[in-house]
Amino acid sequence: MKSKETDREYQSFDNYQSDESKLSEGLLYTQSDIKNFNPKEDLGYPGEYPFTRGVRENMYKGRLWTMRQYSGFASPEKSNQRYLHLLKQGQTGLSVAFDLPTQTGYDSDHDLAFGEVGRAGVPISSLLDMEILLEQIPLDQISISMTINSTACILLAMYIAVADKQGIKENNLRGTLQNDVLKEYISRGTYIFPPKSAMKITTDIFEYCSKNMPLWNSISIGGYHMREAGATASQELGFTFSNAISYVRAAVEAGLDIDDFAPRLSFFFACQNDFFEEICKFRAARRIWAKIMKNQFEAKSPKSWMMRFHCQTAGVTLTAQQPDNNIVRTTIQALAAVLGGTQSLHVNSRDEALALPTEQSAEISLRTQQIIAHESGVIDTVDPLGGSYFIESKTNQLEKEALEYIDRVENFGGAVNGIRNNFQSKEIESSAYLHQLDIESGRKIIVGVNKYNSLGDQEIQKDQINIEDNIRQIDRLKKIKLDRDSNLVKKTLEDLNFAVKNNHNVMPFLIECVKSYATLGEISDILRNNFGEYV
Amino acid sequence: MKSPKILLSKVGLDGHDRGVKVIFRALQDAGIDVFYTGIRNTPKSIVETAIDKKVDIIGVSILSGAHLDLFPKIFQELSKRNAQNIVVIAGGIIPDKDRIILEDMGVELILGPGSETDQIVAFIKNNRG
Repeated sequence: MKSKETDREYQSFDNYQSDESKLSEGLLYTQSDIKNFNPKEDLGYPGEYPFTRGVRENMYKGRLWTMRQYSGFASPEKSNQRYLHLLKQGQTGLSVAFDLPTQTGYDSDHDLAFGEVGRAGVPISSLLDMEILLEQIPLDQISISMTINSTACILLAMYIAVADKQGIKENNLRGTLQNDVLKEYISRGTYIFPPKSAMKITTDIFEYCSKNMPLWNSISIGGYHMREAGATASQELGFTFSNAISYVRAAVEAGLDIDDFAPRLSFFFACQNDFFEEICKFRAARRIWAKIMKNQFEAKSPKSWMMRFHCQTAGVTLTAQQPDNNIVRTTIQALAAVLGGTQSLHVNSRDEALALPTEQSAEISLRTQQIIAHESGVIDTVDPLGGSYFIESKTNQLEKEALEYIDRVENFGGAVNGIRNNFQSKEIESSAYLHQLDIESGRKIIVGVNKYNSLGDQEIQKDQINIEDNIRQIDRLKKIKLDRDSNLVKKTLEDLNFAVKNNHNVMPFLIECVKSYATLGEISDILRNNFGEYV
Repeated sequence: MKSPKILLSKVGLDGHDRGVKVIFRALQDAGIDVFYTGIRNTPKSIVETAIDKKVDIIGVSILSGAHLDLFPKIFQELSKRNAQNIVVIAGGIIPDKDRIILEDMGVELILGPGSETDQIVAFIKNNRG
């Protein structure tokens, strides 16, 4: 019921707000904080431009987010067992972690792979490894996400080849390729080629997927790693969208039609500790992208305007001290991701500041998602916080700050030039350092670390990777090199070399290479020889 | 009194460099002579750079889990070049049981998650030749 009384109250809020001595900043939000708020333009309805409230009309009542725990370790066999276990526990999608040699284009037996095989993910050197990794997994029913960037084109080719062997056509494959090389130079570090060549491959993948894989997300443009490296929420948004703008420009310049590839662009953000800020960040992100695509790139299809994203709780907030507390942290973060309207979610495990998660820890992470989905009731309402003075004001503020970062990158001439000038990485480093100073001065409290700490031994972590895994992996690589048709390998690699030199789309050639069991390292060498290496 | 110099580095293919960069800034702010190599170095290249820059301490950050394989190589490279006088310290995700192994190997300080930058500053200042 609206009364004169309420109107009077609103007016008095205005006066209240202006009296700064009474109100510390951010303590209370009133109508005066969203003076120019226009619900029709700023919010719209869920499933409609500018998608602030969500990408689908009925959100989680229509379809829950995909529960997708990132995993991969030791060997293709052990990782396959973990996937089958997670699927049996109710996980609804897969997310593959590759080891660092696979991510940087080295076979398991390369000198630079020493000590790293199977550590940070699963080692994949040839199609045979990929066949083992995906055994018994119905690729036509399960969507898969692959965290792979510089060698994304090779792993995509392997995925297509394995599906083909299972009798599944590529146009039925559902999943996401990370394929976001720009953020590798800024923060994650698994680059191989110079940015321009890497972007050429990215564009080839866009083109190939738009023609042959309509259900496949050809890229997952990520802020996650920049946030983990120290970026603030607005830097995360700003730098992610600057990178996204560069990919779109490169694809348009290569002659692709925006509405052919833009609907399959997807995003990846972190969900950090500041609960409301994160919810607002996701809302702001959707609005920013919708405006960029519609106004700047003049995309016509609403699907091109729609920002769909995957979310992962923030690894950097996990503490090695009192590790069980991490279950509580990740629950709060996961809840923010859901209230922010994520399409897919990974919840970190309690033991990840110590080692790779055990099967039990990974299961708790999945259960966390299931409890939020099925017990908390938060999925019953679309964008339940929309319209709150605080939420809308904070959403506006993050949008504004992110746009300022986008402008600053544009002033360098775009993301690649920003990278050449170390702009993004310097900004992120400074934020990380300030954060550390806040912790050390006690301005920021980390429970169990700089306050409420108790002495206690770490739990003893069981080694999940042993030397036998590595020996088996390298033996298999040796064997496949003996068993394969070496003339065919030679021919497919020569064809690839020709294709690269003549600026053809590399994807069809890569599929032939992997089918002949040319290894990831051999293929990467061809690309390295042509494109050079980034140092 | 000679002021100690330190080389910070990342070994192997690991790109997690938030921690090492924070340490780099903290050491600079503390007035310590510090170099940072950037990511993706081999044990050999780290030791060569350390000798070239005439540092007293090498600080190696690693979060990839490859520490038990790569630290022995760093010590091998140091002894190959008769440079065992260079102190080696470590930072990263290193489980308790592995800390003991690294300490036995000769790693003099290990900074895990949650460590404060004061610790490394104090360590370096105490190492003043």
